[in-house]
Amino acid sequence: MFSEFFQFTFSGITLGAIYALVALGFTLIYNASHVINFAQGEFLMIGGMGTVVLMDAGVPIYFAIPLAIAMAGVAGILLHRLAIAPAKNADVVTLIIITIGASIFLRGLAQVFWGKEYHALPNFSATESISLGGATLLTQSLWILGIAAVLVTALGLFFTRTALGKALLATSMNKDAASLMGIKTSAILMMAFGISAVIGAAAGVIVAPITLTSYDIGIMLGLKGFIAAAIGGLGSSTGAILGGLLLGLAEAYTAGYISSDYKDAVPFVIILAILFFLPNGLLGSRAVERV
Amino acid sequence: MKRTLKQLAAGAVTALGLTLATVPAQAADTIRIGSFLSVTGPASFLGDPELKTLELYIDKINERGGVLGKQLELVHYDDAGDASKARTFANRLLRQDRVDLIVGGSTTGATMAAVPLIQQAGVPFISLAGAETITTPVKKWVFKTPQSDRQAARRILMDMKERGFTKIGLISGTGGFGASGRNVTKEEAGNFGIEIVADETYNPKDTDTTAQLTRIRNTDGVQAILNFDFGQGPAIVTRNYAQLGIEIPFYQSHGVASDSFLELAGDAAEGLRLPASALLVADKLPESDPQYEVLNRYKSDYESRYNESVSTFGAYAYDGLQLAVQAINMAGGTDKAKVRDALESIDGAVGVTGTYRMSAEDHMGLDAESFRILQVEDGDWALTE
Repeated sequence: MFSEFFQFTFSGITLGAIYALVALGFTLIYNASHVINFAQGEFLMIGGMGTVVLMDAGVPIYFAIPLAIAMAGVAGILLHRLAIAPAKNADVVTLIIITIGASIFLRGLAQVFWGKEYHALPNFSATESISLGGATLLTQSLWILGIAAVLVTALGLFFTRTALGKALLATSMNKDAASLMGIKTSAILMMAFGISAVIGAAAGVIVAPITLTSYDIGIMLGLKGFIAAAIGGLGSSTGAILGGLLLGLAEAYTAGYISSDYKDAVPFVIILAILFFLPNGLLGSRAVERV
Repeated sequence: MKRTLKQLAAGAVTALGLTLATVPAQAADTIRIGSFLSVTGPASFLGDPELKTLELYIDKINERGGVLGKQLELVHYDDAGDASKARTFANRLLRQDRVDLIVGGSTTGATMAAVPLIQQAGVPFISLAGAETITTPVKKWVFKTPQSDRQAARRILMDMKERGFTKIGLISGTGGFGASGRNVTKEEAGNFGIEIVADETYNPKDTDTTAQLTRIRNTDGVQAILNFDFGQGPAIVTRNYAQLGIEIPFYQSHGVASDSFLELAGDAAEGLRLPASALLVADKLPESDPQYEVLNRYKSDYESRYNESVSTFGAYAYDGLQLAVQAINMAGGTDKAKVRDALESIDGAVGVTGTYRMSAEDHMGLDAESFRILQVEDGDWALTE
């Protein structure tokens, strides 16, 4: 029975690591603007599909990956310049709706130019899975967790130790005051979109060996990532990781011990419970409304 | 500049539409084959090879002098996978173009939207879509060429029975195809003395199914596992299967019988079995096989004309057109009632998908044996017989 428990746990970790990495991408833009960027899933798609398309064109994988990630970064900056910046005085809800529109647009472009086929990327390690206590764990899950940990540390340092990071937090707290202090708030936001896109695209490449990739992979991953981010507390990177793992484990245990039919209801039950008991998520800052 | 381009495009589209609509009115002494297919849109992987096949063979038949001395003429509309458009186009084919017969309907939705109009107008209709509801219960004017998922389930269960399995695990997607496959498998299993002891599902968008597979593996007495679904889900299930190192035999459905599945699943697919059209192994069949010649001729005709590999979907259109031509020949003309009766009496027409034996009770005419059981060996399909 223990091997069964291990296997469900490993499944949960695999799923959770993916959700966590996606959830991380939401934190930066949220911290800069309180906008939840629903095009985050599409950045993932650009990372994964971009790599596939470049590899099909004959680019070796170690060039294709950075190129695809850079492409997503440009897409992120363009998204800000062409869609978010022109609506600068709009309120947050309007901006969120704009990102939904942008996600549909990006998905459409990918469908037309990159096709609708599913593709697989090779594993990063030569050994595909390792055996532990009668259960198997994909080595790619370890890669995902490792890179997520590196990103969390890097984001943490960025927000607390660099002027840019502090400027970004200042912008989110009070845009007018920040700009009076000499912070170019528009440039800060643009940067936040660019970096988020890069994080998203990197996540898209790393998870592609497990999830496969296609033009519409961003819908499901983006949604699950958002739920993970909301569980953990929007804006907190450690919370994003916790939320992702919690969600993944809950799904795997439900599928394993209760019934796979109920598995898809789990995220919604968790998010309802979280919103009810901990409206700011597990690690979210206790927001104080300034009057 | 942008605007003029747009206007030009719009003009071109209108002009095309006009030519399409006016051509049949001028040509009186031809046999008019109507068609509506999903050439663009989400089901374009069906409609595109289907239209190419129809065009290819109508050209070939006309070069050889046509049917009963008359040239064939294709009147085609693209429904883009939209059932309401399919209904509109079916209406136009029936009322305006006054076609003699319809071969088309790439998807079940498009087909079923057109069926009531066609039944009312009384025009023979050969559908290229899969669902069982199209010909069950039998509709007077409606026929179809692809097998239903019931035949696929039967073929799999038949193979399991031959290998002596009596207890199996089932894992299926919750999408339309997977859910329907799960139902027919559960309905049919008893007829083959097979018991489904584990029954798991997953969402078609899921990225990991190891929990479900672990549950099936740990169920007492499971001798084989069947995954009934199409799309990327089965590729993930197959990869998880290999990851968990499950040793018992693994089956997939006809839904993934294509080379792209082999690419997605990679080494993990090694050894699994599935029911598929003989077209996938056309070059590996013995020459004595009754379908050998038809299969290889279609494959080489299609591949030399379009420079892309044949698909089983295009084959449905090939069979549909051949059945139509045979029925018109048998009826000695295009009298709709006679052609319909002739279609119903076709007994033993060797097509690409299988050998058709129509009857008043069966307007599809294929049995489970029209599927071949293939096994993946060294990253390629191999026949199991």
